[in-house]
Amino acid sequence: MGSFNLKELDLEAQQLWENYSTKELTNRERMAIPDQHMATQEVAVRVTNMEEVALGYSEAQVRVEALRCLHCKNAPCITGCPVQIDIPRFIALVGEGKFGEAVGVIKESSLLPAICGRVCPQEVQCQLPCTVGKSLKSVEKAVNIGRIERFVADWEMQKGATKVPSIAPPTGKKVAVVGSGPASMTAAADLRRAGHQVVMFEALHKTGGVLVYGIPEFRLPKEIVRREFETLIAMGVEIETNFLVGRTSKLKELIESEGFDAVFLGTGAGLPRFLKIEGENLVGVFSANEYLTRSNLMKAYERGKAGTPIYNSKRVAVFGGGNVAMDAARTALRLGAENVTVVYRRSETEMPARREEIEHAKEEGIEFLFLHAPLKILGSEKGRVRGVELIRCELGEPDASGRRSPVEIKGSESLYPCDTVIVAIGNDSNPLVKQTTEGLVVNKRGNIVVEEETCKTSLEGVYAGGDIVLGAATVILAMGQGRRAAKAMNQYLEGLADN
Amino acid sequence: MFTVLAKERLSKEIFRMEVYAPKIAERRKAGQFIILQQGGEYHERIPLTIADANKERGSITLVFQAVGEGTHRLATLEVGDSIKNLLGPLGHPTDVRHYGKVVCVGGGIGAAPLHPIAQAMKEAGNELKVIIGARNKDLLIMEEEMGHIADEVIVCTDDGSYGRKALVTEPLKELCESWQPNLVVAIGPPIMMKFCTVTTRPFNIPTIVSLNAIMIDGTGMCGGCRVSINGETKFACVDGPEFDGFAVDWDNLLLRLGTYKDVEDDAHHRCHIGLDIKEGDA
Repeated sequence: MGSFNLKELDLEAQQLWENYSTKELTNRERMAIPDQHMATQEVAVRVTNMEEVALGYSEAQVRVEALRCLHCKNAPCITGCPVQIDIPRFIALVGEGKFGEAVGVIKESSLLPAICGRVCPQEVQCQLPCTVGKSLKSVEKAVNIGRIERFVADWEMQKGATKVPSIAPPTGKKVAVVGSGPASMTAAADLRRAGHQVVMFEALHKTGGVLVYGIPEFRLPKEIVRREFETLIAMGVEIETNFLVGRTSKLKELIESEGFDAVFLGTGAGLPRFLKIEGENLVGVFSANEYLTRSNLMKAYERGKAGTPIYNSKRVAVFGGGNVAMDAARTALRLGAENVTVVYRRSETEMPARREEIEHAKEEGIEFLFLHAPLKILGSEKGRVRGVELIRCELGEPDASGRRSPVEIKGSESLYPCDTVIVAIGNDSNPLVKQTTEGLVVNKRGNIVVEEETCKTSLEGVYAGGDIVLGAATVILAMGQGRRAAKAMNQYLEGLADN
Repeated sequence: MFTVLAKERLSKEIFRMEVYAPKIAERRKAGQFIILQQGGEYHERIPLTIADANKERGSITLVFQAVGEGTHRLATLEVGDSIKNLLGPLGHPTDVRHYGKVVCVGGGIGAAPLHPIAQAMKEAGNELKVIIGARNKDLLIMEEEMGHIADEVIVCTDDGSYGRKALVTEPLKELCESWQPNLVVAIGPPIMMKFCTVTTRPFNIPTIVSLNAIMIDGTGMCGGCRVSINGETKFACVDGPEFDGFAVDWDNLLLRLGTYKDVEDDAHHRCHIGLDIKEGDA
């Protein structure tokens, strides 16, 4: 990918637009249009700041990219989208320069296009089955649906054209939304639109959940999340921070004594998973959750300004292969680490991180050690990390997840010297709501069990969605569940006798 | 908003603050804690064990020592000011029941959160003896309050400036020998709690401790507060904060508490402003 200069890309796109926009294009001609790269901050510059790496398309670029869409009758991209956005329709509108209408089409299915355009793994969703990519034999050549989505969403925000959705007349019903991440944001919006009073409870001092504490500024500017909350507040969603359901009030009390007619639980991922190897509690071993929360939520990257400290690292080993691992590695680099290595048990192909994040990480000088697993973490006399013992792996038979599972190769142990270890191998579920709510059914991993279509839990009037149900999933899947739950909750509330 | 209703300076660097937080006051039980954050982008989240609560006034009492940037800033708040963010009550409450004879040991600032536990133990019908200790007279707190509830209060200071010149473990050992308590609850600096367990172990007297591990969210998300309990990783925020003192890997806890020592020393240096604590005093 490399760093791309917005001005140069824009000029090229303007020329292309002049060539193509004046005539009716055949499919062959559409496929010949070069796919549009997205401008990024220069590598040397961006590793010294926390600002967003990807700069988005120019107007000419987005319209050229839109011309690449073949508007297939069967629209395989829609099937690839977890919330079935009418992708060809919004892309057609972009081609016509009707950005406001395009964003309206997206919002019929997805509440948060500025966020999803940035964080969705499009290459395994909408862009995977794209006919253009298939014909050009590379998913990287598929229509860049995510980038187009991002453009129109940003366009709307910059124009100040964000419409506050209309709210149905008051129903007299009161709903609690627990947590303020993507699942809860979506549920809250849809419930409020139906005219219910909606109170959102957040345990932390800031709203946004994983979008704020987990995903770094360089990948998702917090200003975008803040604006989404501005809209929710303008819609009349009430927000109560510093409220931990289960401790400040129990779930049943919300229903029985605080007058809530229904509850949506979107409490998110819970306790970080550790490797369960020797040395895991040494000084210098962090969960990615802790490391990223310090940096993102507590702004520890502004050393000297922030009250929350963050570890001074020189050599960092990050375990894991997902987006969180990429985020942690790139944060460590920006905080001044001299060497950051991502250690992953499988090969690059199996990495669940977004392709773009892996590419950006590589450009920035993050090193990758594939097919290696940690055996133990070694400590100094003072109990601080001094290295990790690794073992090489080869890929064996596919496991339950369908990915080929790593098999350790005996005798291939090696030592990787480092002073910091960041563990990014996922989360177990938070035990709190379960512990404090009688009758709430969870599975053996502690995730709340829901009916698939309605997101209804084992308790009357209580619905759930997002990571507390799915384990570690994506923003778009969390949003999809928030939306499904809200639809079912709206039906449920309609069926309730008036208070 | 969580308004400061009363403030008292117990010693040069120890403050007692009564804060309006009706929901927490209503629900909190002995042994639980809160996390506060003073608004804005940059202030840290500070976990503090709840020292007392008053349901009628809708208030909780916090006792803290101004040792870091955040607690110094907290100490600058006056009556009528507010703490922007206050979350709680967090953690599991103390397992209060009838044990028979209970010794409560409080070291330094730990005497404050120990008070409601001692009180609850007494109310549960236990015979109660309390040991409180501090480095010096100035840092000794809660003597009077403990006197109201305990059958006996033993006071000691490291330097002998008040009460008996001893570490809390000395009278603890004597009580283990002469009084044979059924339970010991120790709250204070980790090194003190560690040596309380070293003292009680030969007598096989169950010893509960409250761990002040480094924490950010306090709700079971960050994993920073993990402690090794019988070789198993537990999280002080959702599994604790109280644990069986014999099961705690104290050396690891002490190491982990020093994770940011270099950074915090700098911060401590920075922020004595406005508090009338001079360099070298603290």
